[in-house]
Amino acid sequence: MKKKSLMWSVLLILVITPQIAQAMHIMEGFLPLKWAIAWSVLTLPFLAVGLKKVAKGLREEKDYKMMLGLVGGFAFVLSALKIPSVTGSCSHPTGVGLGAILFGPTTMTVIGTIVLLFQALLLAHGGITTLGANSFSMAVVGPFVSYGIYKVLGRKSKNKSLAVFLAASLGDLATYIITSIQLSLAFPDAMGGIAASLTKFLSVFAVTQIPLAIVEGIITVMVFNLIQEYRKEGVIKLEESI
Amino acid sequence: MKSLFKQNVILFLLIITIVVIPLIIKRDSEFGGADGEAEGLIQEINPDYEPWFESFWEPPSGEIESLLFSIQVAIGAGLIGYILGVLKERRNIVTDR
Repeated sequence: MKKKSLMWSVLLILVITPQIAQAMHIMEGFLPLKWAIAWSVLTLPFLAVGLKKVAKGLREEKDYKMMLGLVGGFAFVLSALKIPSVTGSCSHPTGVGLGAILFGPTTMTVIGTIVLLFQALLLAHGGITTLGANSFSMAVVGPFVSYGIYKVLGRKSKNKSLAVFLAASLGDLATYIITSIQLSLAFPDAMGGIAASLTKFLSVFAVTQIPLAIVEGIITVMVFNLIQEYRKEGVIKLEESI
Repeated sequence: MKSLFKQNVILFLLIITIVVIPLIIKRDSEFGGADGEAEGLIQEINPDYEPWFESFWEPPSGEIESLLFSIQVAIGAGLIGYILGVLKERRNIVTDR
């Protein structure tokens, strides 16, 4: 019963999440068709692996569903917080770093893509035609960067806070850098080509994102430390990556 | 657990600082979304580009948008709170034994 209501609330969030997670996503119809297809094709294999992994985890691990609910809820809350930045505009964190560290990157491909899909359908943020590209940046590259950094820095160190901080904040930043690259590939500058337009898009997305990436890093450390504490005490049993 | 709490309080204050600073040093800005700016950039780089697909549905107003937004955060935070509560209770059971 408990499990069921948990599942329903996760589902409900997925449905409602939509919102204002717009700041990073490429808008509906704003990628030419060939790019829309290319990014979708690139994203699909990661999604397939992720779905398989989630199904296996749900089948085999006792606390998997609960912890997935926790990282899912975390992603939804964070991706809804529009935060002012030093550039005078707003953007929001991605919230996928925590899940990538705990469950591996492809699991977050699944969660991130579902978030993006419902945002596109219900809130006109991002879009169906740009779903592949947006998934690639937020649900593939971001989580992989977070996961990689954590694996390299966090494995040996006793205090994992710094590794978690860098993993989450650089993963967040990577998402927006990829978005900028995607846009500049599709819209090269008439004079300066791809490089010139990349500079322009980076100045909008990446610079705005820097303080937010720091915020995401800090919040992720707070939640991660809490989970570690419970894990050490044997309250949570979870096999995955840590 | 005690030291973790202390650390979290400090981190939380740090977050507040990072969020508030832009509001002070960029007092005159509009704080719109970064994606709107990107849209403007696209029009500037390629003025002929027409979006070739429209959203099926858009929230009719800023109020409706913020309604959905608030519900989203409420449920997400509720879910996190519920799970943390379960964990806390579980710890009590584990450590009692």
